[in-house]
Amino acid sequence: MIRGKREEQTLQSKSYRNTILSCPTPFTPTRLDEPDRLSFTRLGCNRYASWRGPSRPALALVLIFSCCFLSSAFSSALFAQDWVKTGTSLGVEKVRLAVPDFKASTTDPQNAALLKTFNDTLWNDLDVSGVVELVSKSFYPLQVPGQPPEVNYLAWNAPPPNAAMLAFGSLGVTAGKLTVQGWLYDVKNSQSPQILGKQYSDASSDASARLMAHKFADEIIFRLGGGIAGIAETQIYFVSDRSGHKEIWAMDYDGSNQHQITRLGSISLSPRVSPEGSRVAFSSLTKSGWEIMMFSLELNRPVGFPHMGGTNLSPAWSADGMKLAFSSSRGGEPEIYVADASGGNLHRLTTARGPDVSPSWNRKTNAQISFVSGRTGLPQIYTMEADGTNQQRMTDQGYAVSPNWAPNGQFLCLAWIRKYGPGAPGASDLYLMDIASKQWVQLTHDGGRNDFPSWSPDGRHIVFQSSRSGKEEIWTMLADGSKVQQLTFTGRNTQPNWSWK
Amino acid sequence: MKQRRMKWFALVVMLGAVMMLGACKKKATPPPPPPPPPPPEPTASISVSPNTIQAGQSASLTWQTSNATDVSIDGIGAVQPNGSQSVSPTDSMTYHLTAKGSGGSQEATARLTVTQAPPPPPPTPTVTDEDLFSQNVKDVYFDYDKADVRGDQQSSVQADAQFLNQHANINITIEGHCDERGSTDYNLALGDQRASAVKAALTGAGINGNRIKTISYGKEKPFCTESNEACWQQNRRGHLTYQK
Repeated sequence: MIRGKREEQTLQSKSYRNTILSCPTPFTPTRLDEPDRLSFTRLGCNRYASWRGPSRPALALVLIFSCCFLSSAFSSALFAQDWVKTGTSLGVEKVRLAVPDFKASTTDPQNAALLKTFNDTLWNDLDVSGVVELVSKSFYPLQVPGQPPEVNYLAWNAPPPNAAMLAFGSLGVTAGKLTVQGWLYDVKNSQSPQILGKQYSDASSDASARLMAHKFADEIIFRLGGGIAGIAETQIYFVSDRSGHKEIWAMDYDGSNQHQITRLGSISLSPRVSPEGSRVAFSSLTKSGWEIMMFSLELNRPVGFPHMGGTNLSPAWSADGMKLAFSSSRGGEPEIYVADASGGNLHRLTTARGPDVSPSWNRKTNAQISFVSGRTGLPQIYTMEADGTNQQRMTDQGYAVSPNWAPNGQFLCLAWIRKYGPGAPGASDLYLMDIASKQWVQLTHDGGRNDFPSWSPDGRHIVFQSSRSGKEEIWTMLADGSKVQQLTFTGRNTQPNWSWK
Repeated sequence: MKQRRMKWFALVVMLGAVMMLGACKKKATPPPPPPPPPPPEPTASISVSPNTIQAGQSASLTWQTSNATDVSIDGIGAVQPNGSQSVSPTDSMTYHLTAKGSGGSQEATARLTVTQAPPPPPPTPTVTDEDLFSQNVKDVYFDYDKADVRGDQQSSVQADAQFLNQHANINITIEGHCDERGSTDYNLALGDQRASAVKAALTGAGINGNRIKTISYGKEKPFCTESNEACWQQNRRGHLTYQK
């Protein structure tokens, strides 16, 4: 839709040094912004073997997330312990980025409204990205650039803005055509400042201005965030009852452009978009009971998927898009089954008594599945190989549901009422669990019932359902629990699912 | 003088003659002829047998008239002087017979009472079954996060099984419900187990499993929407419904 004139330069190898807590023992941290930098790194002062597994509860591991960078608040008492540092953009100092409002390049009357859309969208995309620190606009010099020659390096790279990077550009409508030019400059390197230069043009509309902002934001995030694609063009699928029935809906990742997908007039739940983004699998109450259904986003209608019989719930795509795991009681008890994406070649993975539901594939290896089982009473999280072997219980107590496997393959995000029981009406909060160690950290705190976490494809964000505003709505946050934003406000909105790209 | 006397004499004679004539005329009028004998008056009678029917049934209306040339019944129209007819009105009505003849007219009435159909007589099997079902069949309640039929619910299961044994033509659907706590997907699976548990208890009591369908509603269709234990208990149940 948008043909961007490529005039970007090769990004010179910029390295943003890791910021790592000091450690008494000499130790070389794993480089975290290598290709697969969504990694789980142990800033170990003890030997690896000493903290393996949960059987060493004495070793209180402190889970620290990059996005809430380590502050001096951590006392030296922690130095005697192992540290487990998890999260995204680990150890990377956030770049101070200044983003002055883009300027009008023509005198068309449409410019003002489109500039507002573009500037607001670009700012929000960068603000919630978790990879840059936006310099407050109150620090900006009076003269902001719209074109490269207008950049005054000293005015930006010295205090008060003290910016390392500057994103700027112009927007203008000419004869119904919207053109945006944007640049990313390293203002501390006046010799070769340009990191990125982009031009976008398309028919003039609010939607195209928003899309151009998303695309430009993703370019910046890709370069400043260690080569991980941004998420500004991703979609979130969810369940909404605002039509009177629970139907599947979709929206942009920032909550804009909310639109209805299914019109079945029944109860439809658990939307899961396929990895390539062409189909949505979901569970719907049909005349013959709960069945897995498939909706083609290309044909804009439901497409065939065989009825299995029994109660069929919570489909989950394998990372290669070839298989679907779901819960089915076709054989009596609700168990986890796997079928081809066509519904054929069905086979059963679990056999335990008690309900087994909510499978989630390991998106990195495609070889493991986590799920919820009530085999011991209250539901707990388990993992197993994709063939059903090696079933391992992950949670030790309470009421744990809705596991969602992180894109890096190393974490589960889950909804957990840890202190469950009479007299202990614990809240349902979201937790992040390291699969290897079963160590966890709490992401939400006492804000209503939180459930159904779903990772963004960059692994930096989590979308979830929360009743903290009084009724169930969709919210997003960074994977460390910060930058919480409400996306939906109409009706009851539940079970969000973030697209894979 | 003599002429005047003649005048008077003539006048008197004429007067006398006139008077004589008048008297003679009166005497000559004949007596009026006797009136013709009056024609015989018509007679009419009407009866209906039986005189009470139920809506939809019919009765026989019979009438006789004599000396009538023009016989009609309101609501039916002109009829033969004597006859009978089958009628089946939907409401009570009075048949009003009018017989007219040269000797006059005569009326007669007959009252037919129509009673409305009584409540569907020997109640049709389906309706009764459903009524009996709702009167006799009990839902089965569960503990939190549990899908096994607890002890105090066994009597409900036994009563349900007994009823279903006595009414072998009735098929049922068991709905599994959960309270609002807990997660959507897990509750649907739990509701499925609750429905299956009730089905298993009934088949264990001798009911053919083919008569029983199960469906889970999880927490999607609660009976009660308050957030307290009394309400939650209402929602944790296997709800037996009549399969039409």
